[in-house]
Amino acid sequence: MVTFVVSAVSLAIVFLYGCLGETLMEKAGHLNLGIPGIMCLGTAGGCLGIALYQGMLSDPSKPSWILLILFSIFFSVIFSSFGGSIYALLTVSLRCNQNITGLALTTFGSGLTQLIMDKYVDRSYFDAAGKVISRGFVNNSDAPGILKALLSYGFFVYFGIVLALAATFVLNRTRVGLHLRSIGENPATADAAGINVTLYKYLTIIVGSSIAGLGGLFYTMDYLKGSWENASTIEAFGWMAIALVIFTLWKPNVSILGSIVFGGFYIAAFVLNGSSTQKELLKLLPYVITVVVLIFTSIVKKKGSQAPAALGLSYFREER
Amino acid sequence: MDNSTVIELKHITKRFGSKVVANRDVSMDVKRGEILSVLGENGCGKTTLMNMIAGIYYPDEGQIFINGEEVQIHSPGDAFRYKIGMIHQHFKLIDVFSAAENVVLGITDEKYDLNEAKQRITAMAEKYGFHIDCDKKIHEMSVSEKQTVEIVKVLYRGADILILDEPTAVLTPQEIRKLFDVLRAMRSDGKSILIITHKLNEVMEISDRVAVLRKGEHIATVKTSETSESQLTEMMVGEKVELNIDRPLPVDPKTRLEIKGLTVTDITGIKVLDNINFEAKSGEILGIAGIAGSGQRELLEAITGLQKISEGTVTYYHPKKNKPVSFYHKSFKRVSELAAEGAFHTKDGAPVSFEGKSAKEIRDLVDEGEIIFNEDEVIDLRGKSPREIRELGIHLSFVPEDRLGMGLVGNMDIVDNMMLRSYKRGHSITLDRKSPSDLADKIIRELQVATPGSHTSVRKLSGGNVQKVLVGREIAAAPTVLMAAYPVRGLDINSSYMIYNLLTDQKKNGVAVIFVGEDLDVLLALCDRIMVVNGGKVTGTVDARTAKKDEIGLLMTKTEAEGEKA
Repeated sequence: MVTFVVSAVSLAIVFLYGCLGETLMEKAGHLNLGIPGIMCLGTAGGCLGIALYQGMLSDPSKPSWILLILFSIFFSVIFSSFGGSIYALLTVSLRCNQNITGLALTTFGSGLTQLIMDKYVDRSYFDAAGKVISRGFVNNSDAPGILKALLSYGFFVYFGIVLALAATFVLNRTRVGLHLRSIGENPATADAAGINVTLYKYLTIIVGSSIAGLGGLFYTMDYLKGSWENASTIEAFGWMAIALVIFTLWKPNVSILGSIVFGGFYIAAFVLNGSSTQKELLKLLPYVITVVVLIFTSIVKKKGSQAPAALGLSYFREER
Repeated sequence: MDNSTVIELKHITKRFGSKVVANRDVSMDVKRGEILSVLGENGCGKTTLMNMIAGIYYPDEGQIFINGEEVQIHSPGDAFRYKIGMIHQHFKLIDVFSAAENVVLGITDEKYDLNEAKQRITAMAEKYGFHIDCDKKIHEMSVSEKQTVEIVKVLYRGADILILDEPTAVLTPQEIRKLFDVLRAMRSDGKSILIITHKLNEVMEISDRVAVLRKGEHIATVKTSETSESQLTEMMVGEKVELNIDRPLPVDPKTRLEIKGLTVTDITGIKVLDNINFEAKSGEILGIAGIAGSGQRELLEAITGLQKISEGTVTYYHPKKNKPVSFYHKSFKRVSELAAEGAFHTKDGAPVSFEGKSAKEIRDLVDEGEIIFNEDEVIDLRGKSPREIRELGIHLSFVPEDRLGMGLVGNMDIVDNMMLRSYKRGHSITLDRKSPSDLADKIIRELQVATPGSHTSVRKLSGGNVQKVLVGREIAAAPTVLMAAYPVRGLDINSSYMIYNLLTDQKKNGVAVIFVGEDLDVLLALCDRIMVVNGGKVTGTVDARTAKKDEIGLLMTKTEAEGEKA
């Protein structure tokens, strides 16, 4: 049971990062379908950072924990912001269709990542790096189950949860959050109130992309402990993260629980002894639930649990 | 109390484009601690003038002085710096936010503390005597509550001069009284309030002075205590201007449309049309006068099947007298029923009896045109689809605020816009482009539409030409009832006359024309009868040949104040 919870929570964090980033962007009125691509880019950046750092060491098999974390986050954020900036430029300034831009970015991001990871990243010491990054506070196998379920994770798990809580606080309790939400609801009103809509949108998209990118990095370095196959799994998780945004009703704090539910379903498919058909069906479940949630919220029509009103719409300032 | 001048406008002129002058040489002033009504008909430039004070527009000529100093107001932000706030007709609020969140939205020069903001709002509410629930979400609020939030927004930013654009248009009489109490409280606090309105009784009730605008010009500012409703109406509508529009007497008018007890309720449950009764006759132009938003649009839409009718009937007398019956719009059963009622005669004038005839025989008789109507066919339009109603010959050319909004598709060329009405008629799988193209050429030629060709996108034409295309298309379909709403809005005088002549031609052809207009001079010169609507009710119908302008003005503006004050 404890193993199941630990695996579910670990996997959940991949969704959590992606979902957090997407939630922030959607709150500013941008439906970013480029999240899967951005998560791939974040992976590529983070891995490149780690390889660079390890390349500088005399003994690459003994990296320092703090420097690994810093290097990986720094490069991951640079790559994800790059993806986010492309999206922001196209959708905010040039007012391109958000869905098409996002889809293109996803294809671009996963392709580029595949290329970088295969050709330009020295992955020979990733096992060592993965071990260090995924090191938890409680590591001995005979610790009590409850402690293991709570404290056996690596840095990125706690960082993600802290980010989610912080995002909730910022959105609901600060002026920045108020302004951000107003832009997603009614950019014309926000503009009339003197809020710099374009600036807010750019910053939100870049910050959101950076957060989402960490999800991919976490998956490769922590969850898989430094092994790499291809970008398609991360891409698939990116779509899951977008579904999770709807499932959690655009609430970052709810997304912590929501991502664990999604992770649980996914892990259950591997843990349960069932036929392959049953396993695949179980993996489908998160999407089915998302559709059900979507239908349910549409029927109930409770304001406040709906998508931001201006989601997906480009904002033109009315000409005077 | 010192009543120094807070705003002074000197020779303000504002143009839109090269032809339209919204305000011409307006000079007026606003004093501290007064309520000034800005009164005028639609399109007289009152909102434009106020928008210039609020920083939405910038005047082309003239100066604005605030507290004696000349100022430049380029944006709403600038206006706030001079302590001016405007409450627009369309609220700028975020639906899912609470009242307090909306109030503090965009303020950056103080600490973000909702609780403190709430205290300040509550203190303000106590001071001026209104009620506001800071935590209530906007989407849960009534219109009046939303308006309160807008007022609080402006006050919270420290405004001393408040401009309200038709604040009472959306309120119930009780809410209006509450609003007026709040405005009076603000006045005694030394704030200056400008109210844009065209309701005379409210002007008399609330304001200290009235500034009257007509056709963009400032006519006069008078003390409310020294004027009367009839004097204000006179100033508002001005002298009657004689227009040279050909107006023949109606020939053989027959009732085409009969509207009885028509009531339409909007989604919020408010009656936008209340028990409307009238008839439209062939060979006659019926004018509909009223302040914009008095239900004209809903009335036309209800007739054409675009609005759901809550109560009442719309009966259409299809001009079928002595014309053959067809199965168009009628089932076989209906034809048999009408025959049994004795509604038909044969070509030779003998009464029709279907008894003993087989269905095939009857169909053949009808198809050969042997069965003739005795009288006009009576059709209930309720429940018919807009397309069915169109095909019966009831045509609407509606020119809304943006001409391209209804009726024409801007990105399509003139031919394609013609096809919007004819595409159903084709019998082949491909579209028939020949006849719409001919029609487009005909309209361009006869109505002198200024366009490079029939394949130019409609959006590239000037407003007047767009209107000609729109009206021309509806007329080309040979309607029996033609409804034209604001067909000359924004047109220059020559184009306007062309449209008037088109309508008069239709009238001469025996069409029942319904003309919704704004300019009273035009209504008086063009129409045979004028029906005045006010707040969704018909307040009177007058003979256009004898009616006085101020008589109509009063019908348009006077609300039944006594009856409604519950």
